[in-house]
Amino acid sequence: MQLVSACTKTLLDSRGKAAAMEKFSISILLIISLLPFLCSSFSQESPTDRRILVLLDDFSLKSSHSIFFSSLKSRGFDLDFKLADDPKLALQRYGQYLYDGLVLFSPSVERFGVALDLAAVLDFVDSGHDLIVAADASASDLIKSIATECGVDFDEDPSALVIDHKTFAVSEIEGDHTLIAADDFIQSDVILGKTKIEAPVLFKGIAHSINGANGLALKVLSASPSAYSANPSSKLSSPPSLTGSTISLVSVMQARNNARIMITGSLDMFSNRCFRSGVQNAESAIKYDKSGNEQFVAELTKWIFHERGHLKAVNVRHHKLGETDEPAMYRIKDDLEFYVEIYEWSGKSWEPYVANDAQVQFYMMSPYVLKTLSTDQKGLYHTTFKVPDVYGVFQFKVEYERLGYTSLSLSKQIPVRPFRHNEYERFITTAFPYYGASFATMAGFFIFSFVYLYNK
Amino acid sequence: MADPENAKEATTLRYAFGNVLSFFILLLIGVLAFWIRLFSVIKYESVIHEFDPYFNYRVTQFLTKNGIYDFWNWFDDRTWYPLGRVIGGTVYPGLTLTAGTIWWILNSLNIPLSVETVCVFTAPIFSAFASWATYLLTKEVKGAGAGLTAAALLAMVPSYISRSVAGSYDNEAVAIFALIFTFYLYIKTLNTGSLFYATLNALAYFYMVCSWGGYTFIINLIPMHVLLCIVTGRYSSRLYIAYAPLVVLGTLLAALVPVVGFNAVMTSEHFASFLVFIIIHVVAFVYYIKGILSPKMFKVAVTLVVSVGLVVCCAVMAILIALVASSPTKGWSGRSLSLLDPTYASKYIPIIASVSEHQPPTWPSYFMDINVLAFLVPAGIIACFLPLSDASSFVVLYIVTSVYFSGVMVRLMLVLAPAACVMSGIALSESFSVFTRSIKFQLHGLSGSSQVDSGDASSSTVVAQNDAGKAEKTEDTAKERPSKKSKKKEKGIVDKPSLKAKIERRLLVLPFEASIFAILLLVLLGAFYVVHCVWAAAEAYSAPSIVLTSYSHDGGLHVFDDFREAYAWLSHNTEVDDKVASWWDYGYQTTAMANRTVIVDNNTWNNTHIATVGTAMSSPEKAAWEIFNSLDVKYVLVVFGGLVGYPSDDINKFLWMVRIGGGVFPHIKEPDYLRDGQYRIDSQATPTMLNCLMYKLSYYRFVETDGRGFDRVRQTEIGKKNFKLTHFEEVFTTHHWMVRIYKLKPPRNRIRGKTKKPRSKTSSTTRTKRSAATKRNPWH
Repeated sequence: MQLVSACTKTLLDSRGKAAAMEKFSISILLIISLLPFLCSSFSQESPTDRRILVLLDDFSLKSSHSIFFSSLKSRGFDLDFKLADDPKLALQRYGQYLYDGLVLFSPSVERFGVALDLAAVLDFVDSGHDLIVAADASASDLIKSIATECGVDFDEDPSALVIDHKTFAVSEIEGDHTLIAADDFIQSDVILGKTKIEAPVLFKGIAHSINGANGLALKVLSASPSAYSANPSSKLSSPPSLTGSTISLVSVMQARNNARIMITGSLDMFSNRCFRSGVQNAESAIKYDKSGNEQFVAELTKWIFHERGHLKAVNVRHHKLGETDEPAMYRIKDDLEFYVEIYEWSGKSWEPYVANDAQVQFYMMSPYVLKTLSTDQKGLYHTTFKVPDVYGVFQFKVEYERLGYTSLSLSKQIPVRPFRHNEYERFITTAFPYYGASFATMAGFFIFSFVYLYNK
Repeated sequence: MADPENAKEATTLRYAFGNVLSFFILLLIGVLAFWIRLFSVIKYESVIHEFDPYFNYRVTQFLTKNGIYDFWNWFDDRTWYPLGRVIGGTVYPGLTLTAGTIWWILNSLNIPLSVETVCVFTAPIFSAFASWATYLLTKEVKGAGAGLTAAALLAMVPSYISRSVAGSYDNEAVAIFALIFTFYLYIKTLNTGSLFYATLNALAYFYMVCSWGGYTFIINLIPMHVLLCIVTGRYSSRLYIAYAPLVVLGTLLAALVPVVGFNAVMTSEHFASFLVFIIIHVVAFVYYIKGILSPKMFKVAVTLVVSVGLVVCCAVMAILIALVASSPTKGWSGRSLSLLDPTYASKYIPIIASVSEHQPPTWPSYFMDINVLAFLVPAGIIACFLPLSDASSFVVLYIVTSVYFSGVMVRLMLVLAPAACVMSGIALSESFSVFTRSIKFQLHGLSGSSQVDSGDASSSTVVAQNDAGKAEKTEDTAKERPSKKSKKKEKGIVDKPSLKAKIERRLLVLPFEASIFAILLLVLLGAFYVVHCVWAAAEAYSAPSIVLTSYSHDGGLHVFDDFREAYAWLSHNTEVDDKVASWWDYGYQTTAMANRTVIVDNNTWNNTHIATVGTAMSSPEKAAWEIFNSLDVKYVLVVFGGLVGYPSDDINKFLWMVRIGGGVFPHIKEPDYLRDGQYRIDSQATPTMLNCLMYKLSYYRFVETDGRGFDRVRQTEIGKKNFKLTHFEEVFTTHHWMVRIYKLKPPRNRIRGKTKKPRSKTSSTTRTKRSAATKRNPWH
């Protein structure tokens, strides 16, 4: 049984091989330092990230954002803090990635360390690893271009901030309304968790937008319709390029290989100050003691680091009705049963995924059969159908794409043959006159021969 | 014979001697036919040639491995992806079964030959059979001498060699034998009126139907001949016995072949035989009535029947025409229609016109393929009219129709070749007979011209024996022609012993010197023919086309083995279930040699599918990627000859991709690719041409070879030199760049922002191509 999994995260080559490679390396120290990573490295079987590299502009962020970092640590991540321009910076060694996730809390960095550049970060993503990018008003071109490569366009005006004169966060001083209390969340339990985020999220930073045609990127936190992106300290000379709810404050992108990326225009969002402070939206009367930031960030990072919303489909099986062996080929009009198991990663183990909208296609250039799979609530999905009266090379296709979930796309090829020469009906009732005719002719010919030969 | 005792004895002896001699001559002809076809094995290697033979080889392998029932029911899922192909029902099984049987017999005799070896040598073996069948056919028409001559000519006629060299494992290899043998049995039945031969004839016809679609030639030619005989008042019971069982049994047997099935009674190609079948019964009935009625009564009956019959006939014809006309192709398949109207295919069916062997031949190809026979055929036709018999009228009809058909399709030159050989055999044999008789007469005239009548037979004996002796000597040097002449003469004497014939013969006497000179000229002609045939066999028709060779100017031999290199790469470096797209020419080879699934192959049964591939090749990269991706294609294979000057590459075939693609998907418009009515790839080329996938895949990185991108086939510099591929990546290019294999890149992992490119890269790949076509092309 071929295991087909939608989790296409590239597996680190193989542990044995890696270990063998390490064995020959001269640095024994390195082995010791790497062994724990090797043991806990993420794989297709446990997709949650373990080792995360955090790049900072300076180490003061470690303390100013300590709540965020310690919450990650308490969830079991190994955080590795480095300065963004650390010359010894490297994402991979000997062709193997050292980290499963990358957090870029270094908005102003113009160049990374020697071994890291834009392409290296993108390769990191393209090999299935996750990324969190936080920018702010000082965002460098490098950070912006990383975002662009991921489908997110930051406002091109370097001095622009998101300004909202209606839904700003009420504070003691009047300010310039750049600290926003945003509560326009994406409606998805998968991404933001089942518990509703009551309090608005405090945001202070730059705006970005997503092209509507981009099917991979999502706005998780949008600005209110009254927001716009402009330089707060200067007078507005022309209409701002980004306005209203096209402005995205926090976006995520799930790449085709299921790598997840979070991009936000505000580094302050993660700060202890924002986590702790109370919040009151200027438009509403309710004052919350604590902003929604901590819950929002915690839930979103759970999604980013694959603790939620990661599906796999395994054990595709099919056989003729009443048999158990999987045939190499079906005949047209056969009745068959189809099984597939779908599981969701809970952060610790694979739990059965229960849904009533998974479908299987029996596909040859276009779907000939489309059936909704029924589930036994334990992850096993199943259906029966009749092979269409068309021969050819078909595929069982399960395409399952739901908001927030990794996309499941698996196909299994199966040829369908026509009837064999002896599988047709031998005698057809409607043809009995013809049978009669031929036998009558034969008898007639026989009698005629006798009459002709011996009746002289 | 009205001769004395000793003459009689001499005649008997001569017969025995002659029979033994003909037997050995035939044996040598068979050996010659076999050996002359082995040049390809000696010069290259024992390898299957070209394209279709690879499919036949693969089918034969399947047959020997899985048995006949699995072969019959074989559904092949490795070709025509994703449609698949029912091989058992779409293939003429004759060749495969023949080779499979030979292999099986050899193996049960503990001769462990590989299937490939058997396949390679099937064609030469059957050429020997074909030359023997030619002997039999011509012997029935004009006697043993003509038979031997015709057999020797057929053994080495270049047209037939081109289709039957060792390794050319194609249907025609056995079909030509079956064709000639069927004709022989028909003539034999016609001459003897034996029902036994008639039954054999139906069986031979069955074998022919099994072997080749060209069987329709038989089932139309024989009715034509029967009709001719009836019209010329040559109706006889022998004719009836030759024809009626053939139609009844033959049609029943033909319907047993899965690929023919109900076509045997439902397509227009077979209607002629049924019509003539009705006519011959009417005629037979009329003759019967004529026999039992008095002449006066008969006349009355005729007027009655004719008037009633005409009405009935008109009614039947009207119904028939209405029925046939109601079908879109008028009941004729495209190939047959293009036979009747040579311009039909190129006008309406580009897929038929795109095959080079379906093009009309050029004049030089007649000289190349049948050489001196072209000059001898008219003489043979004349000889057939002296006197005209049922049998000789058949061969005349055969040559006339086959000349016409060969003019339509170069492939049908193959059908002409046996007819030309028969005719030339008759011509040569008759002329030798005339000249030697003149010489003999003159010699006797010198010695004593007093007794002509009585001396004729005895002197001919002497000369014949002299000739035979001479022949035996010359046979060691593989020159059979003089001996055949002697055989012919004996036969001639036996056939025409009447006084009248002798008088005629005396009238035909030519001057001695002229006869000697003419014989010398004929021998010279034959020698030229032999030289040409050996040259053609050795040089022109032995190339397996899977391996190419060329001579460098210093005389060294250079071998281009790129095709096998590419197929080996595919079979070693790709997954078993990967799909490889290429133009259909290379489909059979890819499945047989690389064992990979192909989208289209040389069995061009689904025009739309081929058009899809043609459209992909003529589309820009992105559109092509979408088409290929929707077909689950992993690799694209193109053949490129620009580096080494291999002319039959994909760029030269590109016009057919455009035409076939455009025939189904109208957004591909041929004028977009043409500049001044030509497909150009130089700087004058149209942008559509320079951006289409075929151009890009062919010339990708080509400029790196010589710095300026000079195409040696088109003799020009290419138009667009430096470009990158965005949706395809080159994975393999063979040593001489003749085969280039590209892999489809997966869809991009991320979608960039701020780009001007359309972003829905892969979201729409699953939509059908037709709707894609209409979307992309708002004008249609």
